[in-house]
Amino acid sequence: MKWGRLLAFLAMVAVVLGLTVSTGPNIWKSIPLGLDLKGGVDLLYAVDTPKGQPLDSTGKAALVRAIEMRVNSLGVSSPIIQLEGRNQLGQDQIRVEVAGVKNQQEAVNVIGATAQLAIYGSAKVDPKSGKIVPVGAPLATGADLKSNAHWVVDQQTGQNAVAIEFKDASLWTSITKRYLQKPIYVFLNGQLLTNPVIEQVMYTGQSEISGGNLTTPQACMDLANELNAGALPYPLTLESETSVGPTLGATSLHRTLVAGIIAVVLIFAFMIAAYRMAGLIADIALVAYGYLTLLTFAGLHVVLTLSGLAALILGVGIAVDANIITYERIKDEVRNGRSLRSAVRIGNRNAFRTIVDSNATTFIAGLIMYIFGGEGDVRGFAVALMVGIIVSLLTAVLFARAMLLTFTAAQAIKNPWWYGAPRGVVKSREAKV
Amino acid sequence: MKPRFDIIRASRWFFLLSGAITVAGIIVFALFGFNLSTDFKSGSEVQFELNQRVPDARVRQMFASIGLPLGDTSLTVGGIQQNVVMVTLPEQLTAKQISEIQSAEHRFFPDAKQDIQVNSVDPFVAEQTARKAVYAVLAAAACIVVYIAIRFEFRFAISGIIALLHDAFIVLAAFALLRREVDLTFVAALLTIVGYSINDTIVIFDRIRENLKLDKPETVEELRTVVNKSLWQVMNRSIRTVLTVLIAAVILYFFGGISIRNFTFALIIGLVSGAYSSIFIASPIWVAWRSRSMKRADGDHAAPIPE
Repeated sequence: MKWGRLLAFLAMVAVVLGLTVSTGPNIWKSIPLGLDLKGGVDLLYAVDTPKGQPLDSTGKAALVRAIEMRVNSLGVSSPIIQLEGRNQLGQDQIRVEVAGVKNQQEAVNVIGATAQLAIYGSAKVDPKSGKIVPVGAPLATGADLKSNAHWVVDQQTGQNAVAIEFKDASLWTSITKRYLQKPIYVFLNGQLLTNPVIEQVMYTGQSEISGGNLTTPQACMDLANELNAGALPYPLTLESETSVGPTLGATSLHRTLVAGIIAVVLIFAFMIAAYRMAGLIADIALVAYGYLTLLTFAGLHVVLTLSGLAALILGVGIAVDANIITYERIKDEVRNGRSLRSAVRIGNRNAFRTIVDSNATTFIAGLIMYIFGGEGDVRGFAVALMVGIIVSLLTAVLFARAMLLTFTAAQAIKNPWWYGAPRGVVKSREAKV
Repeated sequence: MKPRFDIIRASRWFFLLSGAITVAGIIVFALFGFNLSTDFKSGSEVQFELNQRVPDARVRQMFASIGLPLGDTSLTVGGIQQNVVMVTLPEQLTAKQISEIQSAEHRFFPDAKQDIQVNSVDPFVAEQTARKAVYAVLAAAACIVVYIAIRFEFRFAISGIIALLHDAFIVLAAFALLRREVDLTFVAALLTIVGYSINDTIVIFDRIRENLKLDKPETVEELRTVVNKSLWQVMNRSIRTVLTVLIAAVILYFFGGISIRNFTFALIIGLVSGAYSSIFIASPIWVAWRSRSMKRADGDHAAPIPE
């Protein structure tokens, strides 16, 4: 018995189990969950650009910003907003996934409503709702503004302000002439944004908005962003709407987790029954596999979906396969009359090529899935599969090998039966010796 | 494991079995097609959970009351306690219809556990998804052929791909025969099966390749013996590996979420087929092809020598 090696082995086991138990639960909590697990809505919109022109990059950024604003107004945060390919009409598509939305219909209404910035000459308080509503036709709309509103400090007053610019300067000139020393009312999506008083006639089409609560640079930048978003003249058409109820999502997640735990316990028991001590080492490597996979998911901010979770549990099978291939090889080597330690070394070496070849092909399948699978379930599955394969190579092959070599070198247990060899083989070997 | 019987010699029976399942699947598919979910065709799916066993007639009554009569196959009941209602409707529901269904649910099932959830898919989006899935399978197969041809040899690559397509066909046939719904997760399952099948096949081919180097078979008979020996050598591993993966898949099928039940069902069929085809389909095909090449080489060799 070599105590140093045995201690090294026990240290490896302790590190894996200690890390998993101490930090595992927090890592699990930090992984963002997909719509199917958490519940929410998935909306796909087509962007109606004027004359079907493709979106340019500033248009895209403004569009994403506009949708973020609307989602934030729903009281939920961090929506996933992605620009997708074109539909059959050649329109750009944008996908919005909002987890944790309670009222689907409200989300659809708020996000899908066309951004309407409008400037009115008068407004009144609606007696029913108590809100300020515009009166008459708008003097100008977002379509008349350039999307370049920004925060400025007024040269004369030193106040924070928002600079805006009209596409057609003469329009602004005529408005300022008519409403000199009178307030105008700027509405965004039907809500009063600001009501500045026109102080002078403007000829350049450039103007500034100040006053109200525009006291800080942040408030001005926010309004500038809102104006730029509001000035965006692209209406969105809802193409597809998928809603996942959070209750069912939570039930599914809980069930899938329980199922996963049952499956893992059974696999653990199976491995110990089949390979005894070596099976136990494989099980510890599996714990490391689970821990590292979750860590990778948390680190990459991969959104975990139900099929991704299933792929991770399937990855357990792939990891176990690597151990089984190795242990069967070791058994072969023991049968061929090698000593335990050299059987472990040679068995590992022979199994390695097989494992790399078989996992490389599965990885290729995962990669192709990722490239061609499009968004959503298929891609989530592919990511989980690829992560699972790489992590399983690290844990089930490299780490399990290190543990097994250290443990056999410790010579605490020498009988090959403890490493999965059948009794008959061991007896005949002992007889030979 | 010791050889129990000659797998290569019995291979025609395995070809027959696989052929029969595939042909039956193709016939059913040609007659009835797949039972496609709303993922793959335009329409809407309404789902809600009750805290009781789903009363079939009452749900039909509920939908009929708002002018959406249900066909025979459009109502599915799910959940361990049979308490989840899944209704597929061939049309895109309007916001008004959705709120009508919602209020009908409150009316008919006041103590239901949750509000309805509606999934609707535009036909264009569905077609796009299906097309991408087909491209993914074909591209993956092509890349896998290239990889195996480089790492092994071309005959192994083609035999492996035939086994892989066999597994995909068996799963498709099973879904067509059993009228299981084909949804988007089915695509993910199919791709996993493709990956697993080829993974499993490679392990066996690797052993055959290794034994070929050791034994150097010169006649067709010797070749068959070597392959048969290789298959039985890896049998233990094949059985144990497929058992562990099956444990996970079967447990997930019975205890996992309802939304992945089609996925896990496809996995179970595919895993069994994948393990089976690596041994009983891929290797015999390779032997048949290789022995043909051997015979031809022998023939060429024998011809110039006059007796």
